[in-house]
Amino acid sequence: MPEDVKAHITGVVFQITSKVGDAVAAGDPVIVLESMKMEIPVEAPRAGKVKEIKVAEGQTVQEGETVAVLD
Amino acid sequence: MLESVLIANRGEIARRVIRACRALGVRSIAVYSEADAGLPHVTDADEAVLIGPAPARESYLDAQRILEAARRSGARAIHPGYGFLSENWRFARACEEAGLVWIGPPSRIIQHMGDKVGARREMLRVGVPVVPGSEGSVGSVDEARRIAGEIGYPVMLKAAAGGGGIGMVRVAEEAALGPAYATAERRTQAAFGSPALFVERCLTQPRHVEVQIFGDAQGRIVHLHERECSIQRRHQKLVEESPAPNLAPGLKERLTAAALTGAGSVGYVNAGTVEFIVQDTEFYFLEMNTRLQVEHPVTEEVTGLDLVQEQLKIASGAPLSWRQEDIVQRGASIECRIYAEDPARNFMPSPGLIRRWVPPEGPGIRLESGVTEGCQVSVHYDPLLAKLVATGATRKEARARMEAALGAFVIEGVKTAIPFHLRVMRSAEFREGRVHTQLVEQGAFNA
Repeated sequence: MPEDVKAHITGVVFQITSKVGDAVAAGDPVIVLESMKMEIPVEAPRAGKVKEIKVAEGQTVQEGETVAVLD
Repeated sequence: MLESVLIANRGEIARRVIRACRALGVRSIAVYSEADAGLPHVTDADEAVLIGPAPARESYLDAQRILEAARRSGARAIHPGYGFLSENWRFARACEEAGLVWIGPPSRIIQHMGDKVGARREMLRVGVPVVPGSEGSVGSVDEARRIAGEIGYPVMLKAAAGGGGIGMVRVAEEAALGPAYATAERRTQAAFGSPALFVERCLTQPRHVEVQIFGDAQGRIVHLHERECSIQRRHQKLVEESPAPNLAPGLKERLTAAALTGAGSVGYVNAGTVEFIVQDTEFYFLEMNTRLQVEHPVTEEVTGLDLVQEQLKIASGAPLSWRQEDIVQRGASIECRIYAEDPARNFMPSPGLIRRWVPPEGPGIRLESGVTEGCQVSVHYDPLLAKLVATGATRKEARARMEAALGAFVIEGVKTAIPFHLRVMRSAEFREGRVHTQLVEQGAFNA
C-alpha cells in the first residue's frame, strides 16, 4: 500500500536526498527542507521503496503537503 | 554627522538603526526583498529600495545589489546590523572602496577577528586565555582525531571562517568523529565558502559571558560591562541579561580587562563584543563579534547609553562620548528572544501569518520588534520576531516584570518561544542564576 511522505513544516526544498527506486528505512531522510535558516529532514515514516518524488529543489512546500510517495 | 545611512538588514534591527538615525537627524534608507514589501522596517525608513527576490542570497546577502541600492539612493554610509553581511570583510571593504562609510570596525579588523584561528592566535599572543584546542585549522580528519585524542573528548568542530554556531558540531567520542567531521566540513563550505575547521575542547557545564566594548578612531577603548547569554539552543542565544549573576569574585574585572586587552591589541574601532566561556573561576576567549549584537538592549538598559547612536557618531569620526568611569551598570535587565518557533516540537520553525499581535506594556518593558499584526513571517529568514526586554532595580524585579510581560504578550497565527521563556523565568535555575549552556539540551525547561 503506497504511503505519502508529508512535510511536517513549511519550508523550501533544500536538497532531495533520495531518488525513485531507493530503498529507505523508517527515519531515513527523503528530502531536506530549509526553513528560517534551519535544515530539517523529512523522514520516511516506514521502510519502503521511493515510488515518487513530488517536489523539486528550491520549491516552497506547506506543512502537511506530500513531498514523496513510498511504495 | 553622517548625512544618510542605508541599513543593509531587515526586521527589528533595521528598525532599531532607523530609530537611531531619526534621533540624530540622519536620513535612513531601508532595503527590502519582495517578501518583505510593506513590513515595518520598510515603512519606518525615510526611503526604501527593493533589492531582489525573497531568498536572502538574491537580496540581503547580495553585496552588489546593496551597493547598487546605495548608489541609487545616494547613501553616504552603510549599517550592516547583525547577521547577513555584517561580518563579511569583503563587503565592508567594497563599501570602503566605494567611498561609503562602514558603520562598524574597518574591514581589516573584521577580517582579522573573523578568522577564528587568527583571532585565537592574537589572544594567545596578548595573554588572553583560550580554550585548549588545535593551534590552527586542521588539515584532515586524521589530524582532528590526533588533536582530539590529546585534548580529550568531548570536542567541538568549528568553522574557521564563521560564527553564530553555523557548522559547529559536538563530538562525544572518537567513533563519532569521522561522520561529524564530514557534516561540519559540508556545512562550513556551504555557509562560508571554505571547509576549514578547527578543534576545541568542549567544556561540560560552561557559561557564556561576553563583554561589550567600544573603541574610537582616536585609539580609546572602553567596556560597557558584561552580559550573560548561557540559555541557548543549537548554539543560538535565547535569553540574555546584564549583569551576569553569580560570577566568582573578581571574575568580572578579569573578563572586562581581558576584553579591553584583546580589543586593544587590534586597535578596535566602533562597537564589538568579546565572548568568553566561563567555568567556575576560569574563563576562555571564545570569539570576537565585530558588529552590534542582537542582545545590545540589555546593555543599553543598565548603562542608560544608546549604543546605536554611538555607532553612528564614531563612524562619522567623532571620539567616544563616554569615559570609562562614566559607564555605570545600574539595576538589571533581561532579554527574551521571541522566535517564531515551536518549543513543543524541539523549536521547529513556525512561519505563517501573524493574525493577532498584542504587545505587553508596563514599567521597565521594552520591545524591539520586526513585525506586527497582519505581517507574513517568511520561511526565508531568521525566525526572530521580536526581543522583549525587562529592566528593574534588581534582577528579581526584572525577572518578575519579564514573567508578567511574557504572560501578557498575545501572538496568534504562528507558534512562538513564549511558553518556553515563561518556563525559564519560573525555573529555579534561572531564579537563582544557576545557568549554563547545556541547560536547554538537558531538558531543564521542558514542559
